[in-house]
Amino acid sequence: MNKICYINSASSISSQNTFKNKNFFKEIVVSNERTTPALEPNYSEIISKISIRRMSKITKMGIATAQSALKKANIIMPDAIITGTGMGCLENSEKFLKSIIENKEEFLSPTAFIQSTHNTVGAQIALNLKCNNYNMTFVHGSISFELALIDSQLLISENQANNILVGGIDELGKKIVDDTLKLENHYKNGIKAPLSEGSHFFIISSIKTSNSLAILKGIEIYHKIFENEILNKINLFLKKFNISEIDVIILGFNGDIWDKYYKILTDNLFKNTPQVQYKNISGEFSTSSSFGLWLGLELIKKQNIPKEVYLNNIKYNKINTVLLVNQFKGTQFSFILIESAL
Amino acid sequence: MKELKEELKNKIIKELNLGHLSVQDISDNDPLFKEGLGLDSIDALELIVMLDKDYGIKLNDPIEAKKVFESIENLASYINKNRLR
Amino acid sequence: MRKNFVSITGMGIISSIGNNLEENFSALINKKAGLSQTSHINTIHKNKIKVGEIKYTNNELIDLLGFDKSENYSRTELLGSIAAIEAIKNSGIKSINKYKTGLISATSVGGMVNTEKYYMSNNSGGKSKNYVKSHHAGKSTERIADSLNITDYISTISTACSSAANAIMLGARLIKSKKLDRVIVGGTDSLAKFTINGFNTLMLLSEKECMPFDANRTGLNLGEGSAFIVLESEEIINKEKKRVLANISGYANANDAFHQTGSSDKGDGAYLAIKKAIKIADIKKDDIDYINMHGTATTNNDLSEGEAIKRIFNSIPPFSSTKPYTGHTLAAAGAIEAVFSILALNNNIIFPNLNFKNKMPELNLSPVTEITYKNLKNVLSNSFGFGGNCTALIFSKNE
Repeated sequence: MNKICYINSASSISSQNTFKNKNFFKEIVVSNERTTPALEPNYSEIISKISIRRMSKITKMGIATAQSALKKANIIMPDAIITGTGMGCLENSEKFLKSIIENKEEFLSPTAFIQSTHNTVGAQIALNLKCNNYNMTFVHGSISFELALIDSQLLISENQANNILVGGIDELGKKIVDDTLKLENHYKNGIKAPLSEGSHFFIISSIKTSNSLAILKGIEIYHKIFENEILNKINLFLKKFNISEIDVIILGFNGDIWDKYYKILTDNLFKNTPQVQYKNISGEFSTSSSFGLWLGLELIKKQNIPKEVYLNNIKYNKINTVLLVNQFKGTQFSFILIESAL
Repeated sequence: MKELKEELKNKIIKELNLGHLSVQDISDNDPLFKEGLGLDSIDALELIVMLDKDYGIKLNDPIEAKKVFESIENLASYINKNRLR
Repeated sequence: MRKNFVSITGMGIISSIGNNLEENFSALINKKAGLSQTSHINTIHKNKIKVGEIKYTNNELIDLLGFDKSENYSRTELLGSIAAIEAIKNSGIKSINKYKTGLISATSVGGMVNTEKYYMSNNSGGKSKNYVKSHHAGKSTERIADSLNITDYISTISTACSSAANAIMLGARLIKSKKLDRVIVGGTDSLAKFTINGFNTLMLLSEKECMPFDANRTGLNLGEGSAFIVLESEEIINKEKKRVLANISGYANANDAFHQTGSSDKGDGAYLAIKKAIKIADIKKDDIDYINMHGTATTNNDLSEGEAIKRIFNSIPPFSSTKPYTGHTLAAAGAIEAVFSILALNNNIIFPNLNFKNKMPELNLSPVTEITYKNLKNVLSNSFGFGGNCTALIFSKNE
């Protein structure tokens, strides 16, 4: 019943120099800043002047990476566009909210309101392409991107789509991020990774091509998992695919007290598995696990783990099967399993 | 009126994010909507807010608005007639 | 049962016309609309607009639910919890985790209703920034999941005014693909200064009670509320001998791809969504007995939606918008109107399109304006949101 899902392309804009950059592994920067903004390309080369004028950062990042993912996979019109975003269009939401408060509800900008709905990026991509197909947006914290991926798998298994554009996008915004930092600094063991932003788009397809990056073997999300359950849940997950050994495990360590979940895994089941982190270079944001997936695909492509992300430095022969595990403050758990398509 | 027209052109460029244009690119009589500058209904709403905020004019009738926003010339003479600020 | 159907075994609802199923139904058949001036929101537009407001304060909602007052619940969460709990009860579920159960909610306001109170607060202490934890849309879903003890698959969709319809569609698909045995689906939105000002700035709010499909319509009334329905697999229905309220037979989502907020002249997105939903339901278009329209009473929506149904149907089925009752409940609309569609189906009643007087010259169509008794087998429910997001659901009688 379940058709094979291939990941046929991937594109990234992040706080690292990842957009269309083949040399990324040699240019990784580990920052000590508390927030790290995305490194954005020159959009005038990608988006027309008439379209770009109203777009906020999140929309520009989304369109640029969506276009890139489509081009790399040779797709002109996707059968569906599915996006995940944790905080949505923060810039415009904050702009509108601020002006409501400061101007006492007068002289408000309609553009800011219109562009504040969570599905703005997905809608703008559709508008740009004149795509009338299925268009969905998931907004659920750190599993927003994973929910979008699950929906894409479902569409493929229903024979409703062959090539789906799936993305995870979040922007820093201005004040809410500052207040978030204040809160994290207030905690004894708050988030240590910088707070950041980014956009990652992929083509998920039922069709294998010579450029297929990997197979999306499985993905699961959980609202809650207790500490004494996590090993069992991972075992059951891997058992479904007859996988006994993982080549690399990618974990969403961000420095807060909830990293204990990852420690349970690295101390036990994955003690002798190459362990990789990414939020020290991508920063933490709701859809940062989409950077994690993008990184996993790069590891498979390059068969090499950069030292900046390599946690336990043990020898490895090959990188074919990669497991990604993420969670946020003890909820919003996700497991993603990918395998080389070769 | 000439000053007002120039002021309006600058405002339009700023408020509607037309940073790729300069004042010289906007002629007094060219259509602002559809052809010409290619503005749309959202821009019209932004201009209505600008009329209220900067000139104290409350424009609520969409049919009247269409005529007023036809060109810089029309917009300037409407503001001249009705401004409270 | 036909293999393309998914069964509905329970419903729950709270809106400005009633605090539960019974009260909502009673208001519908007695033509009692729930539009008024806002008492809860402190806005300069107070005297100029009518809204579909639920009169309970947040504290009263907390008391009704028996929740802890010290937890900073948002109104969105409280409304959602009330409707979801009623749906579970109505479905007769005693042990939520006996089967693989999920929750899919939808919201557009989410935690913004709290954020707008604390955003510019001058208190610089760490704890006062707590609002950031509940700002995101998924928070209300998590709280509802916790109150129902659901721990695995939960999800939140936010596609503006089609959100809850999309949540229902996703739920049906997850049951059909056997990824879940049971799923609670719906949405919740509360009135907020953010949305009142947003729609006001777009000049879409009406000072009077809205008049969908009327030549002289002047815009929409915002509303708030929540509704959830319970979908269960055929296996559970048989095993537990459950009473089936109705079936979801068709569903589809399409994108207008025309403009950020406005709909295309001929309603392309709507046309494609409705057409596909009918195909999925495997019925003929003439089998649709009633359409619960999106019908917000804006100049643009009603024209576009009207054109779309004219394109599809040779003989247009009776139709009405129930938004003059509840106001436009944004993300929750698709679920609130799903409940109304199911109530219509089971009682063979078409609810009227209140306030209608004159046909739109462009359409030459009249909605149903009185309570009408008709044998209904299939009901189509439309929900369209900003970003050209168009969703159509078809509910069919369980026979």
